[in-house]
Amino acid sequence: MSKKTENFTTIDGNEAVAAVAFKLNEVIAIYPITPSSAMGEWADEWAAGGKPNLWGTVPQVIEMQSEGGAAGAVHGALQTGSLTTTFTASQGLLLMIPNMYKIAGELTSCVIHVAARSLAAQGLSIFGDHSDVMSTRGTGFAMLASGSVQEAHDFALISQAATLKARVPFIHFFDGFRTSHEINTIEMLTDDDLHALIDDNLIFAHRQRGLSPERPVIRGTAQNPDVYFQARETVNPFYDACPDIVQAAMDQFAAQTGRQYHLFDYYGAPDAERVIVIMGSGTETVQETVDYLNARGEKVGILKVRLYRPLDMRRFADALPATTKAIAVLDRTKEPGSSGEPLYLDCVTALYEEWRHGLIPAIIGGRYGLSSKEFTPAMVKAVFDNLAQPKPKRHFTIGIHDDVTHTSLDFDPNFSIEADNVVRAVFYGLGADGTVGANKNSIKIIGENTDNYAQGYFVYDSKKSGSMTVSHLRFGPNPIHAPYIVTQANFLACHQPMFLERYDMLADAIPGGVFLLNTPYDADKVWDTLPKTVQEQLIAKKMHFYVIDAYKVAKASGMAGRINTVMQVCFFAISGVLPREEAIAAIKESIVKTYGKKGEQIVEMNLKAIDDTLANLFEVPVPEKVNSALPMLPAMLETSPAFVQNVLGMMAARKGDSLPVSAMPIDGTYPSGTTQWEKRNLAQEIPVWDPQVCIQCGKCAMVCPHAVIRIKAYDGAVLENAPETFKSVAARDTEWQNLHYTIQVAPEDCTGCAICVDICPAKNKSALGFKAINMEAQPPLREQERENWDFFLSIPETPRNLIKISSIRQQQVQQPLFEFSGACSGCGETPYIKLVTQLFGDRTVVANATGCSSIYGGNLPTTPWSHNAEGRGPAWSNSLFEDNAEFGLGMRISLDKQNEYARELVKRLETEIGTELVEALLTANQRDEAGIYEQRERVAILKNKLADSNTPDARRLIDVADALVKRDVWIIGGDGWAYDIGFGGLDHVLATGRNVNILVLDTEVYSNTGGQASKSTPRSAVAKFAAGGKRAGKKDLGLIAMSYGNVYVARVAMGAKDEQTLRAFIEAEAYEGPSLIIAYSHCIAHGINMATAMKNQKAAVDTGQWLLYRYHPERAAQHENPLTLDSRPPKVPLKEYLRMENRFKMLELSQPDVSAVLFEEAQQDVNLRWAMYEYLASRDYSQGGNGKGSH
Amino acid sequence: MDLKTEYMGLHLRSPLVASASPISEKIDNIKRLEAAGASAVVLYSLFEEQLKMESLALHHHTTFGTDSFAEALSYFPEPKEYHVDSRGYLRLIEEAKEAVKIPVIASLNGVHPGSWAKFATQMANAGADAIELNIYNIPTDPDQSSADVENSYVEIVQAVKSAVLIPVAVKLSPFFTNMAHMARKLDHGGANALVLFNRFYQPDIDLEALEVRPNVLLSTPQALRLPLRWIAILYGRIGAHLAATSGVHTAEDVVKLLLVGANVTMMASALLRNGIDHLRVVEDGLIQWMKDNEYESVAQMRGALSQMRCADPSAYERAQYVRAVTHYTAPIR
Repeated sequence: MSKKTENFTTIDGNEAVAAVAFKLNEVIAIYPITPSSAMGEWADEWAAGGKPNLWGTVPQVIEMQSEGGAAGAVHGALQTGSLTTTFTASQGLLLMIPNMYKIAGELTSCVIHVAARSLAAQGLSIFGDHSDVMSTRGTGFAMLASGSVQEAHDFALISQAATLKARVPFIHFFDGFRTSHEINTIEMLTDDDLHALIDDNLIFAHRQRGLSPERPVIRGTAQNPDVYFQARETVNPFYDACPDIVQAAMDQFAAQTGRQYHLFDYYGAPDAERVIVIMGSGTETVQETVDYLNARGEKVGILKVRLYRPLDMRRFADALPATTKAIAVLDRTKEPGSSGEPLYLDCVTALYEEWRHGLIPAIIGGRYGLSSKEFTPAMVKAVFDNLAQPKPKRHFTIGIHDDVTHTSLDFDPNFSIEADNVVRAVFYGLGADGTVGANKNSIKIIGENTDNYAQGYFVYDSKKSGSMTVSHLRFGPNPIHAPYIVTQANFLACHQPMFLERYDMLADAIPGGVFLLNTPYDADKVWDTLPKTVQEQLIAKKMHFYVIDAYKVAKASGMAGRINTVMQVCFFAISGVLPREEAIAAIKESIVKTYGKKGEQIVEMNLKAIDDTLANLFEVPVPEKVNSALPMLPAMLETSPAFVQNVLGMMAARKGDSLPVSAMPIDGTYPSGTTQWEKRNLAQEIPVWDPQVCIQCGKCAMVCPHAVIRIKAYDGAVLENAPETFKSVAARDTEWQNLHYTIQVAPEDCTGCAICVDICPAKNKSALGFKAINMEAQPPLREQERENWDFFLSIPETPRNLIKISSIRQQQVQQPLFEFSGACSGCGETPYIKLVTQLFGDRTVVANATGCSSIYGGNLPTTPWSHNAEGRGPAWSNSLFEDNAEFGLGMRISLDKQNEYARELVKRLETEIGTELVEALLTANQRDEAGIYEQRERVAILKNKLADSNTPDARRLIDVADALVKRDVWIIGGDGWAYDIGFGGLDHVLATGRNVNILVLDTEVYSNTGGQASKSTPRSAVAKFAAGGKRAGKKDLGLIAMSYGNVYVARVAMGAKDEQTLRAFIEAEAYEGPSLIIAYSHCIAHGINMATAMKNQKAAVDTGQWLLYRYHPERAAQHENPLTLDSRPPKVPLKEYLRMENRFKMLELSQPDVSAVLFEEAQQDVNLRWAMYEYLASRDYSQGGNGKGSH
Repeated sequence: MDLKTEYMGLHLRSPLVASASPISEKIDNIKRLEAAGASAVVLYSLFEEQLKMESLALHHHTTFGTDSFAEALSYFPEPKEYHVDSRGYLRLIEEAKEAVKIPVIASLNGVHPGSWAKFATQMANAGADAIELNIYNIPTDPDQSSADVENSYVEIVQAVKSAVLIPVAVKLSPFFTNMAHMARKLDHGGANALVLFNRFYQPDIDLEALEVRPNVLLSTPQALRLPLRWIAILYGRIGAHLAATSGVHTAEDVVKLLLVGANVTMMASALLRNGIDHLRVVEDGLIQWMKDNEYESVAQMRGALSQMRCADPSAYERAQYVRAVTHYTAPIR
């Protein structure tokens, strides 16, 4: 092991790569996509902070509207001679492919850094595999694979050095999440290292090849059959030379840094008979396992593929030991229907052509690790064992149980090669408690202050609210090559006691290990509170058990819910990774370093927490006997359907890895309405209704982001069986005179955001601090309200024909068909979606753009889109990010075609159906609920009539008869989609005039990927990719849409004027043409108090930052101005709104001078916008035409 | 006409000083104050509590929701630095000192004696000519005695005085059991001047929303009576200089306060309401009054109607209340 030097640091793969790429480029085009976004964020932040590249100039960093746009910008920048890069992954890389062919065809030096990620197929996955990079094999880009954080850092340089010399562009890729997000101790390259590898003369040559009017050329011609082929072959010498160039760069790199790489690195027994060929992070696992197995007498090896394209087949074959008898080629991708995955096929070809040692070894291929599926030493062993079989299984899979086509290899999950001198720690925390941040900090402390090496990997929840995090940390005296999660923990911490009942975390602890629990119970009482299995394992494994009441310590220090520092101190105090005093000093130092710039207060409270921790940390003697009968909680309600319990429940219990192939739907189709079965009990406090104070306005239900506040108006007879504490009063609405009225909260689904309380306008007249709905502690209410909730569900829904949908107080009794989503607590988007489902859900098909709404709307295990008692509800799908408008339009066209066909068939079968019914079916007015209801009845009669008919047309009509009932298409997505990546499609769809409803959930940033600026981001907001404050104004999407004249356009903000919102949704749906609703959606990425976020919406409207209006094309036809302004002239200075939100405020705090200018400009935006809209809304249409009459 | 006056060792061209207010947030305004005749400017108050709140809010919003969800591990970029500490204020002092020749008095509201001293030192180092301690708290703890409250004021003054060499004024409220005693304690504690009085922003009720709302009310001329009485009483009895603030709106107000013994008169509400140039009107009025009444200098006026020197010292004491009520002649409806 080399002694660590001062150049060692502890960072993740994205930062390691970005650090080099930023230094070596002049132009960087960026666009957010997980898991590569952080590379772009680093580049933007560094550029905003004036950090120079290797040659002393700050790179130009430009955010584009899509990866396609980024690739175009890269191409252009390269063509004019700048050193240019971009970062991407997955679908983003696919969008770059057209340009990649061009860039490669033109022999242009360039590196694209890819955090390799799965492609969306039967489902989307943000996690890592090689599906994306493998899809670019034909482009002509060289492909260099790194397998660790250190390699990713190093190869970022080697690829850049090689591309300049070779003129072949490079994809440098590393495994998404596993490498991009793993934190590891690496040796950083110095500027001297970079200079040593990058030849200035090659940069000059690159520059000279760029387009310049000083030496004009034509590039990018159109070629004919006579020459295209030959011209395509001209590049061959460059590809032939490329491997040598890469190896030379690697050799030079080795001379400079001491780290030697080869195109194909063989490692293992020199006389190995069995070899695994693999690339990416799996190389690390195989190498460690090879060491382990060889030490136990086996003769195995690994061939690590670094340069995958151009594939140097000779070197590939020569790198293998001559003794090789059997080779398993592992691909982290799947190519259905192929004769094998690509690396396997390449291996076969290479050995067929270049093997020089007699009989070609047996070669088998297998798939592993799709979507970051764990790839462990146990699996490696299974692959080697398979190779040792007389007839090894071909085209196998490893890591799953394939009980359908039986491809999978068995492996022993208990097989472990973890070294004794490595501390392995696992921490279960809550997103909000700061556990991950603390662990990242611990890793830095250990990695940078000691001779130890450190590794951290973090597993997150698929829900955005109340999400669990699991941190996997390793520390040891040698570099850590273990890219798989910890399952043999010698330190296990549970930062949230409620997890003990849900997850069997001690299963991963080794005998004699340490268990640290944050608990509100005293050390002498805590044992009795533990679930039975926890007690059993503590005893059986003879574990050391420690407790602390971290919330108490944190609260006393002023840190409220963040227990990060407290638990971090406990870890160091118990684990002994560092001497206690030394550790505490290091934590304190890092606190000052991390928080110093945010003010002394923050530092002081953290330091106090550190000082108070040790006095509150206790070891609990583990009794000899189990005394608990407390069972583990089931992941899903026991009343849920079998699929929910057996499949989704396993996922929710973090046991999804054990689900066999046969358990999975074959085509990605899942039942709707499954969140109702997963009772997450996140809320500390829930709203409690006070019927005496309530004015029954319905606002609380309307704003509830998670549809946990429900209202019913019903016949009082049902109350006979009501639980004692069930609340009911007479309905106040004059049209519901004889009905009872109840507002009921779903206690176990509520996230406790309290936005309902904030919006409630009714106050208790004798205690004005109380409203008609107030937050109270959940645990004492849980049982009672669970019973009430169940009873409430049993009450029949208020008949839809009794509901006047234009009045919120009535409309809000409509059943939401979008409930209990995984959105952030207090989400500003979901109330709008819920409203759509209440109003139109039973007749709606949804096209959902990728983003927050597709994640909280469609991320497994459970999903919120639901159905009513008749089984009707929104049918939902997500295609891609960029194509959502087109996706929805396709649905519209398809449904219209089916309707057209059905109508034709109805006419054709008139004699069989009867003229009266035909007439009624074809002329049905379906503009309201009653009309739709009647049409459904008619369709049922029609089907009945045709049921016995065997004519082909009758069968065809039965097949499409449902299409005679009105179908809505709702196209839903965020501003990243609507303003940026999907704008072209959205524009086109608007222009078609087809009857689609487009809902833009405008959070003014890319929320799902962590708050990057979009063209919707307002001027002066700080966002990622606009680290210095957004300089340009917000794009006026509504105005663009209005320019078509036949598009219904509305801008709404529920928190400012809910009635206008409701009206807009009803009008948009009723309008038989395209409609566009732009909905202000407050967001966690704004840096606001989510409980009072509706006030922010109101402030945005009151200051004129967000205009409310409706543009109705039908009004123009009636000689009225189509534009109605629904908000009043700005009455409050914009600054008052800007200062309510951290996204603006932080510009004031970080760059006061810039903010002074931008805030002023933003006020000007408001003034000008108001003046323009006021003018537009006042134009005189009475003379007809298009408002050309003057006023 | 000699308007010169001395205030805590600062030699001022007139007794008209701009009191702490939002006006002094901008350098341009400070220049305009000087141009309009302000003889010194007290900058708006640096509130340590507010700095802490801002810092906590920033910390909350930049950490809230982070490290929870794989695709969005944070929501904001990380700037190199934030101005959540006193740096912005100190820069204002520096810029004000460069921009104007009149003395610049920094105003401070701290949290505990240590932090008062720390910020005062920073202000002195930034070039402030003096510091006004804006001691502004509302004791609500029933277990805290009046003596404790009073002592805490003195501790703050002592802590600051031992930390800085520049003059230190104390701006305080009139709500003490014995204001004269309190004034003497502060005087002995080292205060170079007392600024009488601070106006608390009292909460109000919003009858539409039925909520308690903080409500900033500008002072009215009636507010003048309180400082007028206490300056009259204290004049000549303590070493500390006396600054009048609250309700100083017109030249007549200034005249009255000088006659009872104020070294300087401070204006904020009047300038917020009438504009910065109102200072000129007041100064012109002061000169006119002096001419009309044949006064040659402000020094000649100072304290002439103080309790010590006036014809009826009891007029400043309780008896005056009784007489005022008994002589109330407005018709009763």
